[in-house]
Amino acid sequence: MDNNDIKIAFDAFIKQHAPDVLTAKRKEAFETFTTKGFPTKKIENWKYTSLKAVLKPNYATVNTVSDNTLEQVEALLAAKSETYKLVFVNGVFQEQLSDITEEINVFSNVLKASNTEINQYFDTISDSSEAMVNLNTAFASSGAFITLANNKILAKPIELLFFAKAETPVFLQARNLIRVGENTHANIIEKHINLGEAIVLTNAVTELFAAASSHVQYTKLQNDSLLSNLVDNTSVSQQKDSIVTVNTFSFGGKFTRNNLTFHQYGSHCDSVLNGLSILDGKQFVDNHTLVNHNVPDCESHELYNAIYDEKSTGVFNGKVIVKQAAQKTNAYQQNKNILLSDTSNVYAKPQLEIFADDVKCSHGCTIGQLDDKVLFYMKQRGIPKAKAKALLFYAFANENVKAVKIPALRNEITHIIASKLDVTFDLEV
Amino acid sequence: MLQIKNIHASVNNKEILKGINLAIKAGEVHAIMGPNGAGKSTLSSVVAGNENFEVSQGNIVLDGEELTELSADQRAHKGVFVSFQYPVEIPGVSTTNFIKTAVSEKRKALGLPELAAKDFLKMLREKAALLQMDQKFLSRSLNEGFSGGEKKRNEIFQMAMLEPKLAILDETDSGLDIDALKVVANGVNALKSKDNAVLVITHYQRLLDYIVPDFVHVLHDGKIIKSGGKELALELEEKGYDWLIK
Ligand SMILES: Nc1ncnc2c1ncn2[C@@H]1O[C@H](COP(=O)(O)OP(=O)(O)OP(=O)(O)O)[C@@H](O)[C@H]1O
Ligand SMILES: [Mg+2]
Repeated sequence: MDNNDIKIAFDAFIKQHAPDVLTAKRKEAFETFTTKGFPTKKIENWKYTSLKAVLKPNYATVNTVSDNTLEQVEALLAAKSETYKLVFVNGVFQEQLSDITEEINVFSNVLKASNTEINQYFDTISDSSEAMVNLNTAFASSGAFITLANNKILAKPIELLFFAKAETPVFLQARNLIRVGENTHANIIEKHINLGEAIVLTNAVTELFAAASSHVQYTKLQNDSLLSNLVDNTSVSQQKDSIVTVNTFSFGGKFTRNNLTFHQYGSHCDSVLNGLSILDGKQFVDNHTLVNHNVPDCESHELYNAIYDEKSTGVFNGKVIVKQAAQKTNAYQQNKNILLSDTSNVYAKPQLEIFADDVKCSHGCTIGQLDDKVLFYMKQRGIPKAKAKALLFYAFANENVKAVKIPALRNEITHIIASKLDVTFDLEV
Repeated sequence: MLQIKNIHASVNNKEILKGINLAIKAGEVHAIMGPNGAGKSTLSSVVAGNENFEVSQGNIVLDGEELTELSADQRAHKGVFVSFQYPVEIPGVSTTNFIKTAVSEKRKALGLPELAAKDFLKMLREKAALLQMDQKFLSRSLNEGFSGGEKKRNEIFQMAMLEPKLAILDETDSGLDIDALKVVANGVNALKSKDNAVLVITHYQRLLDYIVPDFVHVLHDGKIIKSGGKELALELEEKGYDWLIK
């Protein structure tokens, strides 16, 4: 797929969709995208990450959903009911499989009539300098549209499930706008699941607005098939006293690029960026994070851990900007990488730009192997090698996993980790 | 109990142990002394089964059983224990869970049933008391941020939990303050029986006042160049090694 193919796709998209609230914005965003084109390695933020192979297939941008697929999705969901679900298949919202409420809704339901919230919030915190965001805005029509009232504690997590199943390669755009009211507590889970045998490229944009004193935990469980490519752009805006955690667990997928940006707009906020990648084969994951400390007395806590095996590659770019006004900022960043093979690679770059003088900022970055000395010590105590490795991996991964507040999700993640690393965890460390 | 016969070992093609012979009977305490770089820690690594060292000749036999071909964990299950000169830190794994895993792996290997949780905890408390070890260390990550002395005490605590046949204490005294040294030495003595043996590696006579050896050996340049009774340690303290090396 090249810049010309996307032009044709966009024209078709506009023709198909009756004019709605976003039509003007889409056209404008597409203009912007057209002048930039798909990102290349010439762009600083994409230096280590090439979309060339990802864009090679001849993607369709629209796709139908067969009854078979729906039955398959329904069967997958049947066992689980402990979440409010929003289910999309090939970009098409599936109301009969979802739990729509007045607050938990989807874009396709709110685009017809003029909507003040869209005017006020849509595309206001997403990174408009990023071509993939412009492209997503151009096609924005499918995804979660959530507005949680003030002073609520959500009984169940909200689960955003983006299924795909196609015969030939398909390019999907997911767009989420989520607002969490003052003093409200919410857990949100996002998954992309390719059920088919064709290549899928998903370009997702999420804007999350956390009002004063809200507590939000947003967990991206990226465990898609090896035919799947994901570019994710998530931007978070925080008002005073709010706590927002974004967990990014990358285990599956062939290619994943995560852009995660936090904007702190009120004092005493806490931003938690928690990432764990466990990769093998030829998997590629790039985490680009940015924390904007704009105001005084806020904190950010960032921990990205990764384990790379075989020919996998990782990129971590963690940028923290402390504006001059943001006195008394506490910003912590840690990036720890374990390379299990000689053929795996990681490019790690912390970037601190500090313009205030009364701040505490720390960052650390380590790249290493499983320590032979530690393994020998454990074996000397009678712990066989496989068990010793399991214990060490578990301890490493648990730094991230323990942050997940939902026990069922924590369990699910632990199981994936155990099977990815080919170890058994029968212990609570 | 332990026979080390003509052990030659090298690392990176450099021969470090050049024909070591040593026999230790059940119930005995042996001490090894010798200058820095002589090969003392290497000997303990080789007995424990560290694969970084290549054993080109010789055998190690424990209670009639050849250890040379066994992995480090298998040797541990047979009753070999090393209190390391430099214990490692394991972030994220609590001391309790580490020891629990070690104890349960050993029992599994020996065909013993899993220890009931309450029996394990009882043992944990008793042994911690024996070594006057604060309970708070048990829930902390193994050795992470422990002081040098605390790490050494934790080594002997693990020894107490694992009840080895042969314990090799590699410079366990270094890093311990005077009071801690007494506590740790008393702990070792309390664990001593006619059925087990201890090999103490040290630079200082001081430790041997508390853990009294039956035999003292001098290791130099990969060979045992002199053996004697406990008075040899006093002589070394006074005269150093020069007179032996010539
Ligand atoms: N991995 C290694 N690679 C190269 N040389 C090594 C290695 N391990 C040990 N050595 C060398 O082997 C020799 C013996 O080391 P060892 O640690 O056994 O000495 P030691 O008698 O325990 O000394 P100390 O009293 O200082 O603890 C030293 O010269 C050391 O540098
Ligand atoms: Mg030594």
